[in-house]
Amino acid sequence: MTIDFIINQFTEIIGNFPVAAFLVACASVGGLLFVLMALNAMVAVYVERKVSAFMMDRLGPMGQGPGLHAGKWGILQTFADAIKLLIKEDTIPKSADQILFKVAPFIIFIGAIIGLSALPFSSSIQAVDLNVGVFYIIAAGSIGVIGIVMAGWASNNKWSLYGAMRSAAQIISYEIPAGLSIIVPIMMSGTMNLQNLIEYQSGSIFGIFPNWIMFQNPFAFLAFFIFFISAVAETNRTPFDIPEAESELVAGWMTEYSGFRWAVFFLSEYANMFVVSGLAVAGFMGGWLSPIPGFLNSPVLGLFWFFGKVSFLIFVMMWFRWTFPRLRVDQLMYVCWKVFIPIAMLNIFGVGIWKLIFG
Amino acid sequence: MADIVFWFVAFITVFSAGMVVTSKSLLYSAYSLLFTFLGVTGLYIFLWADFLAVVQVVVYIGGILVLIIFGIMLTNKITSVNISHSSMQKGVGAVVAIGFIASLGYMAISSPWLQAANTEPAETTASIGRLLLMDYLLPFEVASLLLLGALIGATTLSRKDEDG
Amino acid sequence: MYRDFGTILFLVFMGIVLIYAPLVIQKLLAPNDPNADKLATYECGEESEGSAWVQFNIRFYVVALIFLIFDVEVVFLFPWAVVFNELGLLAFVEMGIFLLILMLGLAYVWRRSDLDWVKYNVKYGRGRYSNLYKKSQTIKGS
Repeated sequence: MTIDFIINQFTEIIGNFPVAAFLVACASVGGLLFVLMALNAMVAVYVERKVSAFMMDRLGPMGQGPGLHAGKWGILQTFADAIKLLIKEDTIPKSADQILFKVAPFIIFIGAIIGLSALPFSSSIQAVDLNVGVFYIIAAGSIGVIGIVMAGWASNNKWSLYGAMRSAAQIISYEIPAGLSIIVPIMMSGTMNLQNLIEYQSGSIFGIFPNWIMFQNPFAFLAFFIFFISAVAETNRTPFDIPEAESELVAGWMTEYSGFRWAVFFLSEYANMFVVSGLAVAGFMGGWLSPIPGFLNSPVLGLFWFFGKVSFLIFVMMWFRWTFPRLRVDQLMYVCWKVFIPIAMLNIFGVGIWKLIFG
Repeated sequence: MADIVFWFVAFITVFSAGMVVTSKSLLYSAYSLLFTFLGVTGLYIFLWADFLAVVQVVVYIGGILVLIIFGIMLTNKITSVNISHSSMQKGVGAVVAIGFIASLGYMAISSPWLQAANTEPAETTASIGRLLLMDYLLPFEVASLLLLGALIGATTLSRKDEDG
Repeated sequence: MYRDFGTILFLVFMGIVLIYAPLVIQKLLAPNDPNADKLATYECGEESEGSAWVQFNIRFYVVALIFLIFDVEVVFLFPWAVVFNELGLLAFVEMGIFLLILMLGLAYVWRRSDLDWVKYNVKYGRGRYSNLYKKSQTIKGS
């Protein structure tokens, strides 16, 4: 899609070199995705500070004006963070497994960036448009688990290993309800291609409401609810941040990491938030379609709607963080295996019956 | 370019599979398996099987590899695993492996392969779904019984309590 | 399809480069002054006692086992969901049988308390622990 466009442009302007055109197209797309990842993390961290400051009435990040608190509105804080992380001393514990300790950030980062590559940012902007798009994003998420276990084990630190094992158990457990509920949009639209899935949601219900899958029937809304909560749990965010609970596990599997290696984890975590929100938006909330049916729909505005919806979901995740207390490990497993999975399975029956009756 | 990528993927697969066998540490073997699985994913893509490629990642990397790593964590004293993994029957193993490769290679060369047109199939997932629900319905339903049996068997075996 | 997955392969390599380059920059810019304390395992200031590489709890393994079964189930659901509209009632009944058999499995592990993170293994329950004791007895008896 976007790749094809760049290849065509390249062929027109420079000449017919298919391999070079392909490499240039891939590199520019990859560069854009990396910029998106970095910007997403920077903006999200900044917003998270502000949101927490407003919600908890914190004074620091509210920013009292220039000079007092890291520039106007505390904007410079984010840049200071980035620079600090880059020039910080890189320490690797002596007792750690030197090779795996270095390999782990790469695997986590790759898992995040290839997940990001399949998101439909707009009807014409998408790095790779796969027929198995939905399933592919779920698969990309499962690569990160290996990286987390690797990082935790390689650190040779009790906190790290505990955090990694808890994190892995949590991510794989919540993959089941997430998978069972993302089945619902596929059932209704009959496609796993993200662009077709979004096109299926165009139009309106009763002429007023957007024809998004989450509004099409009550079971689909329940599926959205389960998917989103599972997605929050899969990204290890509060109230599901048991793997990195500061009060018991210091920083979980990231304890021994510092400097840029830690920044990679951070980037990937925020990118994963973006990916799961993007999947929820594409699957249930009409992707790049405008919330007002048939109004203000165009490829460029689609970009705005998509980012707007994703930002909203990320904001909700932050809202969760400052609202709910952390769950206990057994409560976490209880919610997943005894609440979400049975409900998600029955939900599939519900959607099926609804589809058979109402068409 | 596809040829170069194919040889690269094949090399990664075989090389990391070799690492799995020869590595002294169990965990290193497990992590080498990650690259083997990724390589096999690549081979599936070369066969135009995009759905199966993703299944390979979800089930083998996201499921089985995690299970293997958790299993290694279960062993007593992981630090001493470093020595417990070396193989003993190297000579016999080599003979069996070479014989196996030779017979497989002979089969691959001598069998008359069907030359299908190398074109992209329109939609693999839907045809898999149709085949599962129409032509292969019985194996599909038996698969659920197999999964049920595996679930009951595995949890029973892994249950630790003495008298339960 | 080749082109799409080729892009993904390229992104993998690009990811490696994009992580490696800042690490090199860090190596050039950042101070490097290691000492024994800095390289010690961080355990909140305590001297670390032994290695972290010890035997782990079996319940993680059990969770991974149960996960694997249901993961395969989800994999089967995807192609079914794609053709559900096309085949209608037939597909619904077929998947209904499949799902019911697996829900039986879920009910089994639920009943045998394999889904419980904390096992009720209370030997002598009195007072406020009597409920837990009763529960552990019923699980054993079943």
